[in-house]
Amino acid sequence: MKKIFSPDTIRLIVPALSLTVLLIAVFYLQPRAMSYTGLNLLFNLAVPIALATIAQMLIMTVNDLDLSMGTFVSFVACVTATFLQASPLLGIVILLAAIATYAVIGVLIHLRDLPSIVVTLGMSFVWGGLAVLILPAPGGQAPEWIRAIMTSKPPIMPMAIVASILIAVFSHLLIMRSSFGVVLRGVGGNARSVERAGWSIIRARAAVYALAAFFAILAGIALVGLTTAADANIALRYTLLSIAGVILGGGEFVGGRVSPIGAVIGALTLTLAGSFLSFLRISPDWQIGAQGAILIIVLALRLLLNRFEARRTRR
Amino acid sequence: MTQAGSTQTVVSVSEAKVVFGAVKALDGVTLAIRSGECVGLVGHNGAGKSTIVNVINGGLSPHQGSVVYGEDPTLGHGISAARQSGIRCVFQELSLCPNLTVVENTRVMHKPLSGWGWRRRGADIIGRKLDEIFPGHGIDSGENVGNLSIAERQMVEIAITFCEIGHPVRLVILDEPTSSLDSRLASQLLAYVRRFVAAGGSVIFISHILSEILGIADRIIVMKDGRVVAERAASGFSEHSLIEAMGSVVKEHRAARVLTDKRTGPPALAAAPVHGRGLAFEAFPGEIVGFAGLGGHGQTDMLVKLYLSLSGDWFGRRDPAAMFVAGDRAVNGTFPLWSILKNMSVALLPDLSHRGLLDEAREQVLGRSWREKIEIRTPDMDNNILSLSGGNQQKVLFARALASRAPVVLMDDPMRGVDIGTKQEVYGILRTEADQGRTFIWYSTEMDEVCLCDRVYVFNNGAIVAELKGKAVTEENILAASFTEVAA
Amino acid sequence: MTALMRKPWIWSFIATALVFLTTILVTGGASMAGLAQATLTFAAFSVIVGIGQMLVITLGPGNIDLSVPATMTLAGTVALKLMGVEDGMVVPGLLVAIGIGVLIGTGNYALIKLLRIPPIIATLSMSFVVQSTAIWTNRGLRIKPPPVLADFTTSTTAGIPNVAIIALILSAIVWVLLQKTVYGRWIAAIGQSIRAARMAGIPIDGVRFVTYVLCAIVASICGYLLASFSGGAALNMGSEYLLMSIAVVVIGGTAVAGGDSNVPGIWGASLFMFLVVSMLNTYGFGAGVRLILTGLIIIAVIMLAGGRTAGKR
Repeated sequence: MKKIFSPDTIRLIVPALSLTVLLIAVFYLQPRAMSYTGLNLLFNLAVPIALATIAQMLIMTVNDLDLSMGTFVSFVACVTATFLQASPLLGIVILLAAIATYAVIGVLIHLRDLPSIVVTLGMSFVWGGLAVLILPAPGGQAPEWIRAIMTSKPPIMPMAIVASILIAVFSHLLIMRSSFGVVLRGVGGNARSVERAGWSIIRARAAVYALAAFFAILAGIALVGLTTAADANIALRYTLLSIAGVILGGGEFVGGRVSPIGAVIGALTLTLAGSFLSFLRISPDWQIGAQGAILIIVLALRLLLNRFEARRTRR
Repeated sequence: MTQAGSTQTVVSVSEAKVVFGAVKALDGVTLAIRSGECVGLVGHNGAGKSTIVNVINGGLSPHQGSVVYGEDPTLGHGISAARQSGIRCVFQELSLCPNLTVVENTRVMHKPLSGWGWRRRGADIIGRKLDEIFPGHGIDSGENVGNLSIAERQMVEIAITFCEIGHPVRLVILDEPTSSLDSRLASQLLAYVRRFVAAGGSVIFISHILSEILGIADRIIVMKDGRVVAERAASGFSEHSLIEAMGSVVKEHRAARVLTDKRTGPPALAAAPVHGRGLAFEAFPGEIVGFAGLGGHGQTDMLVKLYLSLSGDWFGRRDPAAMFVAGDRAVNGTFPLWSILKNMSVALLPDLSHRGLLDEAREQVLGRSWREKIEIRTPDMDNNILSLSGGNQQKVLFARALASRAPVVLMDDPMRGVDIGTKQEVYGILRTEADQGRTFIWYSTEMDEVCLCDRVYVFNNGAIVAELKGKAVTEENILAASFTEVAA
Repeated sequence: MTALMRKPWIWSFIATALVFLTTILVTGGASMAGLAQATLTFAAFSVIVGIGQMLVITLGPGNIDLSVPATMTLAGTVALKLMGVEDGMVVPGLLVAIGIGVLIGTGNYALIKLLRIPPIIATLSMSFVVQSTAIWTNRGLRIKPPPVLADFTTSTTAGIPNVAIIALILSAIVWVLLQKTVYGRWIAAIGQSIRAARMAGIPIDGVRFVTYVLCAIVASICGYLLASFSGGAALNMGSEYLLMSIAVVVIGGTAVAGGDSNVPGIWGASLFMFLVVSMLNTYGFGAGVRLILTGLIIIAVIMLAGGRTAGKR
């Protein structure tokens, strides 16, 4: 009984519940959404957002924040629509270099004791500029194989759901279950102890940042697969969306407490919230405001939950 | 006990000296730990216990002297050498990752625990070890450490340390391991330690609960002021003789203090017993009240609590009710980017201003007068604060408090690491100010300083266990009270 | 001379001078006056928001205000709507803008303190809500600013653009605030060590609250001026200014770890950034190179300055 109501399960209940409630509300407003195609349309765009959310979650695991997520995903989208399509080898080299850059940034932040907010802010300019250089105007073309994957129609469940489940399961296994992921999360929880136990913080941080870049790259590729073309500003809102997704999913800014499954659910919920608001015929003006309000409400709920937990464990 | 002829030296320390600035943390310590023995380590504040522990577990290299692991002097020194030689340590401050489960913490602390199926293996290992040390513990190894109680976290940390995964465990240093455990768990731990030692392992056991040490140790080492002052088999000690051994070897003559009872009128400051345990606290105007007892037993917490209750979060006060002199400068005291003058005046700004605008001329005058009064050795008060020596920085913090008109000054072990000349100067100023009606609450880890106070409250485990007045303020009484448990 | 060289903000001004000269070289001194005026005008807006952001950043690590662009937009939109193209409503319009700043700043700190949300997320969520409100109030027509105001913001006095003069006055006020008042010392203390500040009797909550409100007020004033300058409040008018406000603070020499603010540096950095952009334009480089260079400059500056432990001043 104790296990079922452990604080970690409760943490997951809030996002799962909000997703379910939102889904029911959407189906009520638009019964036609309750179909294979309907679900696919609703959650299509959630796939790249979920990947970006996992990437942001990884950065938050080590108590940092990445403000360049949006521009980086846009950059990757541009690279995908151009290099990856025309000269794949060059495209792969560029993307590998991007991963390496992320790893270097992660290490430098630690070595020079810099605030990740400002460093990633500077990097957001760099990625944004590179994206503009590659695609000054919208264009490019999605590589065929990516199109094929993103528009595939697996039986029973639409691609969007299948992909989301795969992302959730894979990142859960990697971050929460593997012995490697444990050390990464330990760095966020108590870096000093982890170091004293003989691990290299530098290598851990480089690994986390490189992994985050990898997921963000997948996000950019997936996005192009859906939109077929790219432009330099295609994913700018991903920065705020990814942060919101992690928070909604029960992750925290410090302490290394993250939940990959929660993050994916959070991403799905945010995507759905957008559609929900348009079904309600709430003008798009208020959609941004609603996202902000959701974030505030979730954080307020979290505070109450934490207070409740603290009172319970005070023995 | 140990089998004759099969003991090995696990670690031997020879004439180790460690110096931090003006403080001699270790002043030539020689000791050896052999397999199959439990060595108790006792001492009051500043004895050097934590320092010698850090030297043994490789975290600190002695500035003079040597540390040898096993019988092989070529093994070298340092954390990894210590770990390889089987030396482990459980510190007082818990070092688990609160966001990970018990099994995951075991993984972090033991590198070899990886690969396929590591979780089940780990759960098995830690589960069995917990059962071995604390039968009936009720801890789920899949539980997040952050959700465990303090006692459970202590149990987990102890169990993880005793696990053998990849490297053998030869010596385990336990620093106040029973501080968060109730008596049942404590006796389980002690019973396990006896079994561990009987099987050939070694333990260094540090505790302020003297009865515990006498019960568990084969041999007891008493330290004071960075030296080993007594070392013999536990059977040769009693609680009383231990306390005596921790006291001064040479009794210096102190100038007779004028003993006046200043407890007239209403108290300047008062607090109820902490969590309802122990004695209440009060201080009267013109008194120097001391907080004594072993370090970290609630003295700082009470000072901070008193200060926070007398100052505001939202509004500044032109007439502060109290001032705080920090001992942990870097955390509570100095502003590292500022000059000496700005550091001194920061608490007095409302006084030094007119309608919000600073009167810099008055600030300069204040700086000059206090630089003279308290003899801050600097050519220029506009130099950065960190250009001063530690002792002079501390003087600046004192000047900050004394220059105000606050009737109460709370001091959190401010003289730690300060040279003797500075100390004497400040003692004189304190006495003068107190005679003029100011109240000082002075927490100090140095016996000499506490003995300068009019009245002393001795802390143990977060509560005040004794109040000593006038002639009763002696080292023997303070030592005895430091080791007295409060009636639960 | 050596004392001048040692001031931290001198480097941004040297850099500015260099870039100015480089640009002039290409255009052959043709439009020096024009370039100078354009630079001052656009730098003025960056300076105004930068000053507010600087106050918040000085409070210490983690303190940042991401709601600045939304605040600018809302203040500009509502003020223009209220003024209704009437000259007589100029002052009430300004007061309303300031009032909006007070509300938003209070909201920000309420989220930070009561809900214990980190400033970055609190101001981020706030910006969502504020932006929505701005979009809602701005539906439909593009309202023009009152003629007197539009005139004022787009003209010069003695050769210096009026907005730059306002920015100068504001900088002077904030400089005095930081250097010569109790409040200024208190901010710097909190930024260096919030714990030590509390134990020295500084009312940390009061000071932080006032600072967040001041930042929002300054952003509102900037929005008010920018909307009048541009002939109307566009919904994305603040978007560039978020990153710019942080960039000019960092490049201008304010410590990102808090505790050390630098008002002249913000001017140097704003002028420098604008000149870099126009120099790149003059040499024919596009937006891409401009963005990359901006980012690299920010990173280079912060790498060199280091964090709290890395660099000691």
